[in-house]
Amino acid sequence: MSENLMNKNVNDWLNDHGDYLYRFALARLRDPHQAEDAVQETLLAAIKSNSFEGDSSARTWLTGILKHKIIDLQRKQIREQPLSDLIDLDASDTSMDDFFDKSGHWLDKPQTLDMPENALEQKQFLSILSGCIDKLPAKLAAIFMMRDVHEVENENICKELDITATNAWVMLYRARMGLRKCLEINWITS
Amino acid sequence: MKLMLSCKQASQIISQSLDNPLSWSDRMKLKFHLLMCDACTNFNRQLRLIKSSIRRMRHETENDTSVQLTVDAKARINQAINSNHL
Repeated sequence: MSENLMNKNVNDWLNDHGDYLYRFALARLRDPHQAEDAVQETLLAAIKSNSFEGDSSARTWLTGILKHKIIDLQRKQIREQPLSDLIDLDASDTSMDDFFDKSGHWLDKPQTLDMPENALEQKQFLSILSGCIDKLPAKLAAIFMMRDVHEVENENICKELDITATNAWVMLYRARMGLRKCLEINWITS
Repeated sequence: MKLMLSCKQASQIISQSLDNPLSWSDRMKLKFHLLMCDACTNFNRQLRLIKSSIRRMRHETENDTSVQLTVDAKARINQAINSNHL
C-alpha cells in the first residue's frame, strides 16, 4: 500500500471508528487517558501490521487489535505494582481473615442486595459500584477488570500475567470480597 | 471427604464458580451448604449481581454515543500517527 493511501486510511479509521474504539476501551479500562492511549496504540499497530485485507470490516479488525492493547495496558498496570502488594494485602481491609472468625463463620453476614427497580436508583447503584472498584487496591482492580469486565478467561489471565491459577483466584476472590463489602456499606445504608 | 463446608470455604467455591465449572463434589457440597445458609446464599446472589451489573455498565459505556474522543485527543493521536510515519 502506498504511503498516501495508508495515511488516508488511518485518518478515515480515526474519524470513522475512533469514538467507537474509545468507548470500547473506556468501558474496560475506565480511565480516559488510558483509553486514549489504547486507541492510539491500536492505530499505530494497524499501520505497522499493514495486514488489513478489506474482507472483514475495518472496525472488526481494529477492535481485535484494541482488545490486545487493552490487555497489554492492564498487564502493565498490574506489573508496575510491586509484587509485595499481594503480601501487603493481608494487612489491608480486603484480607480474607477480616471477613470470617477462626472457625470460618461470617463475622458480618452478607445481606440481601438486589438491583433496585427504578431507573434512578439503578443509576445510583451502578455509580456506587463504580466508586467501589476505584477503592480497590490498583492491582486487584486491574485483574478484576480483566476478568469480569474484559471477560478474559482465567487461563489466559494466568498466561498474560505469568501468575499461577491459585494466585489468580485468590486475587479475584479478594477483589470480589472487597467489592461486595463496599457495596453493602454504601448501598444498603444509603 | 468432608461434607460440611464452612462459610469461608463456601465463599471461596462461590467465587471460583464465576470463573470455572465446579467439580461434581464441590457443586454438591455447595448446594448442601446453601440450603442451610442464608448468609452464603446472599453472598452468592451478591457476586452474581456484581457480575451482571458490571456487564451492564460496560454495555452502557460502549453504547453511550455522547462519549467521544475530544478534539484535543484526536489531534494528539493524529500527531502521534504522523510523527510515526517520518
